[in-house]
Amino acid sequence: MTHWPLLSLTTFLPLAGVAAILLLRGDEKDVARNARWIALWTSLVVFAVSLAVWANFDPTRSDFQLVEQADWLPDFNIGYHMGVDGISLFFVLLSTFLTPICVVASWTAIERRVKEYMIAFLVLETMMVGIFCALDFILFYVFFEGVLVPMFLIIGVWGGSRRVYAAFKFFLFTLLGSVLSLLAILAIYFVTGTADIPEALAFNFPPHLQTWLWLAFFASFAVKVPMWPVHTWLPDAHVEAPTAGSVILAGVLLKLGGYGFIRFSLPMFPEASAYFTPFVYTLSVVAIIYTSLVALAQDDMKKLIAYSSVAHMGFVTIGIFTVTPEGLQGAMIQMLSHGVVSAALFLCVGVVYDRLHTREIARYGGLAENMPKYATAFMVFMLASVGLPGTSGFVGEFLSMIGAFQVNTWVAFFATTGMILSAAYMLWLYRRIIFEKITHADVRAMIDLTPREVLVFAPMIAVVLWMGVYPASFLKPIQPSIANLIERVQVSQRAAATALAQR
Amino acid sequence: MHVAAVFLPLIAAFIAGFFGRWIGDRGAQLVTCLALVAAAVLGAIVFWSVAIVGHARTIDLLTWIDAGDLRVRWALRYDTLSAVMVAAVTLVSAMVHIYSVGYMAHDKSVPRFMSYLSLFTFFMLMLVTADNFVQLFFGWEGVGLMSYLLIGFWYDRPSANAAAIKAFIVNRIGDFGFALGIFAVYLIFGSLQFDTVFAAAPDVAHNTIPFLGHQVDAITVTCILLFIGAMGKSAQLGLHTWLPDAMEGPTPVSALIHAATMVTAGVFMLARLSPLFEYSPTALAVVVVIGGSTAMFAATIGMAQNDIKRVIAYSTCSQLGYMFFAAGVSAYGAAIFHLVTHAFFKALLFLAAGSVIHAMSGEQDMRKMGGLRTLIPATYLLMWVGSLALAGIWPFAGYYSKDVIIEAAWASGTGVGHYAYWLGVFAAFLTAFYSWRLIFLTFHGKPRASKEVMAHVHESPPVMILPLLVLAAGALFAGMAGYHWFVGEGRDAFWGDSILVLPGHDNLAGAETVPFWAAKLPLAMGLGGIFVAWIAYVVETGIPALTARWLRPVYLLFLNKWYFDELYDAIIVRPAMWLGIRLWKDGDGAVIDGLGPDGFAKVTRGMAAVLSRFQTGYLYHYVFAMFVGAVVLVSWYVLRQAG
Repeated sequence: MTHWPLLSLTTFLPLAGVAAILLLRGDEKDVARNARWIALWTSLVVFAVSLAVWANFDPTRSDFQLVEQADWLPDFNIGYHMGVDGISLFFVLLSTFLTPICVVASWTAIERRVKEYMIAFLVLETMMVGIFCALDFILFYVFFEGVLVPMFLIIGVWGGSRRVYAAFKFFLFTLLGSVLSLLAILAIYFVTGTADIPEALAFNFPPHLQTWLWLAFFASFAVKVPMWPVHTWLPDAHVEAPTAGSVILAGVLLKLGGYGFIRFSLPMFPEASAYFTPFVYTLSVVAIIYTSLVALAQDDMKKLIAYSSVAHMGFVTIGIFTVTPEGLQGAMIQMLSHGVVSAALFLCVGVVYDRLHTREIARYGGLAENMPKYATAFMVFMLASVGLPGTSGFVGEFLSMIGAFQVNTWVAFFATTGMILSAAYMLWLYRRIIFEKITHADVRAMIDLTPREVLVFAPMIAVVLWMGVYPASFLKPIQPSIANLIERVQVSQRAAATALAQR
Repeated sequence: MHVAAVFLPLIAAFIAGFFGRWIGDRGAQLVTCLALVAAAVLGAIVFWSVAIVGHARTIDLLTWIDAGDLRVRWALRYDTLSAVMVAAVTLVSAMVHIYSVGYMAHDKSVPRFMSYLSLFTFFMLMLVTADNFVQLFFGWEGVGLMSYLLIGFWYDRPSANAAAIKAFIVNRIGDFGFALGIFAVYLIFGSLQFDTVFAAAPDVAHNTIPFLGHQVDAITVTCILLFIGAMGKSAQLGLHTWLPDAMEGPTPVSALIHAATMVTAGVFMLARLSPLFEYSPTALAVVVVIGGSTAMFAATIGMAQNDIKRVIAYSTCSQLGYMFFAAGVSAYGAAIFHLVTHAFFKALLFLAAGSVIHAMSGEQDMRKMGGLRTLIPATYLLMWVGSLALAGIWPFAGYYSKDVIIEAAWASGTGVGHYAYWLGVFAAFLTAFYSWRLIFLTFHGKPRASKEVMAHVHESPPVMILPLLVLAAGALFAGMAGYHWFVGEGRDAFWGDSILVLPGHDNLAGAETVPFWAAKLPLAMGLGGIFVAWIAYVVETGIPALTARWLRPVYLLFLNKWYFDELYDAIIVRPAMWLGIRLWKDGDGAVIDGLGPDGFAKVTRGMAAVLSRFQTGYLYHYVFAMFVGAVVLVSWYVLRQAG
């Protein structure tokens, strides 16, 4: 099994599904049905292959594993290079885990242009997995930018009424950042003479260059996270995106920023990272408090959850820049947890949206009466979102804050207020949707979760509790790579300090 | 056996919760009650083997969090302190489960209710058997969650929902402090295991850590942060506002969670962390002041309330104040002793009040009661037992546990100790007064309810009275039976290593030598309170109205709970909402988007238009062209979709 190119298989298998769907001909209805089934089976097989990746992953090693290398443009030192370490492994799994869920969740919700829709999702999967596996800058950049295209189309074509505005805002923001990161990648290429990521990670960049490159990358990643104040594209994109689009957006695409910081910014520009740490802390703390307060004021379900995402990602950026093992592992778990929990919350919104076609919170109320299963599932994800111990949300938040407290008590103090605020807006949301008396006749007519929907939520609940009660399965493979990263950062920061002292 | 006592309630909760539809109401009641009775029996056996025989042990279950230097495991720690708690929690919980079979018989969601009660018990047991800070926090937040769910059990009532959210959020404010305290512990000790931390505590006694820009005493700041968590859970002054509102929940919930067990978690935490608190006189002094003030403050409100359950709720708040200042003067044994006796008599009082409410067809306002004495004699008698225990009249349980607390406060000899002593003595008077005010208003005088309601008045069924008898036995004998072990001669052998009292802090020893008048003053005050209540509500019933008119501002202050809710609403809740809306509309809308993407788009379009007219700037031309191109592309898609 280990001789198989598992990573390439995971990455490009979805394209085989795309090819199969493209071949579909005939009656619109039949095509739609077949496209759904092909997409589902493709994504399930891809998920199975990614599980094989996990099974073959050695959790005691810190370097890149399952490496595949081939010449691509040897004259330019650009190659096809794939591999995963503890940092990227679970992001691959997260992407392959969420894609089949998206397909099932869109089963009946998407009625038009089903074929194109499923193609978009499978292409999206290839791009997502590719980002996390790529070990060559050019390859990485192709995936990193490529992911925007299907997402842009998903929002722009299958979105809500203001989809064009939202799609453009999304594209404009992310593209602005990406252009700068392309410049940075080119600069890295010219300085190091190679596009190979592991080589670049080991390269010691001169301090002044670090600052500029760090900023260029930061522009790109901060938009993706998104950090305050470049977060305003997110609520609009979420509100207009179809449910499954929101799932991928919140579940995987927001993680690209955090992944970028851990993968590139910290190891390549350790001194610049140290220099900019207070800046990142400030933005993150502002994000947590500011967006939590904004979330309190929302009357649109999706907007509320979108703003809560910004707040939760604030914990991630703090955790990363503590450069402590607790903080970094906490940030990793927080990202994975948020990937599942916020995705599930958007699915929860989707369930009622499919029935009543409105996202206005005030239109609901009293769903506990006729939708007890839904109320239970929603409760689990709400609790994970507020970080109740025993759920995945707690482990991530707790670890990143414990890391932050060791480094800077002010940051920990203000960020921990997010614990109170998140409880406030989530419980308030839950109350308005699930509790109280039913006041609208159409709400009373809503039916509880269908077996298909139960099938969507059950694995997500299992993962949330698994990660909350026994996170060791996830922390263990992450640990060596994080330890290695911290070692690398500290060594070069120390070297820089001595160099400064000698001058 | 040790494990089963904790996990039986979880299994029962799972069965009742997920299979309630198949096994029915009766099945859910049977499963949960059986599991809890079994747990109570096991709890008693474990208590015997751990506390009496002395087999303390820790049972390792599973790795939990393992990151960096942090190692946290799921484990059950059984020493005397946790064995006492397990025995008390399982016993009271079993009684409340059985009582609920009768009380909730007509409710439409019986399985859900039983499942919540059992799940609550599980979290509470995890809390008391924690062997590290994180599991303590797990239980801590878990019971908070169950409290939220049970207060909001009748989810179609807006008031219940508001109370539930309030309870969760006020508790979260406390937990905010608790969490920071845990972070501080990890910073200081590099571990979150109780054993490691306690062993290292003497060595770091005078170390400092940086906190919010200052170098502060490490243990003091940690303890105060942790104590904020205890204040939230145990409804101490400032963070107490949620507890009275929590009475929106069904009465068995009030008895189990908001009187006997969950709210005492803060007291348990102080006793558990005594090896830390002992090294910070400052933190202990803070505990004493907050505890003493709460005892007094809550008692004043209790005097003026008209809702039968709210009177008892404020009484709980006040009694928790006693437990806190007991812990603050290092009389942890007395604090836990009062915790246990209080669990019996307060659960008894609440369930008896539930029996009254049950009899009155749901009426809770004492102004609409009266004259129930002969109609429900058993409840009347039980209410007397509970009240005598609460007021600390010999030989009831409260006499033993409350007096020793007040004496220890005197014996501490410190300024704050004496502050607590005098407030405690005066609060004892108020306690007796409002308890008998409740009895006289409810059971004596002429009936003030409508004829219809009075016609329906009936004694509760045996399934509700029986658990009350068990609790009444506790209210009668627990004080006598436990005195020797908890606070008397046998206390050192009994507590063993589970509680640390530094030499020189042993105020329980000092409590035996306080002057006669200081020791007997609380009892005299209690009797005085009963006497005054008798005069005011039986002999000369015009007095209360007259007093309320004379001291109108004071009466209004007490009736309106010192205006804490209004204050918090004005300075926290409304500003937060206002800020949220302004940040959204102005911050995100006008500033960020206005200057960012929307403004950018406007400027680009404007410039492109101008520049193209002048036939210069090819670059902008291209940008514009690309923009138009993209618009056309998407429009094409949109039109295709629409068409």
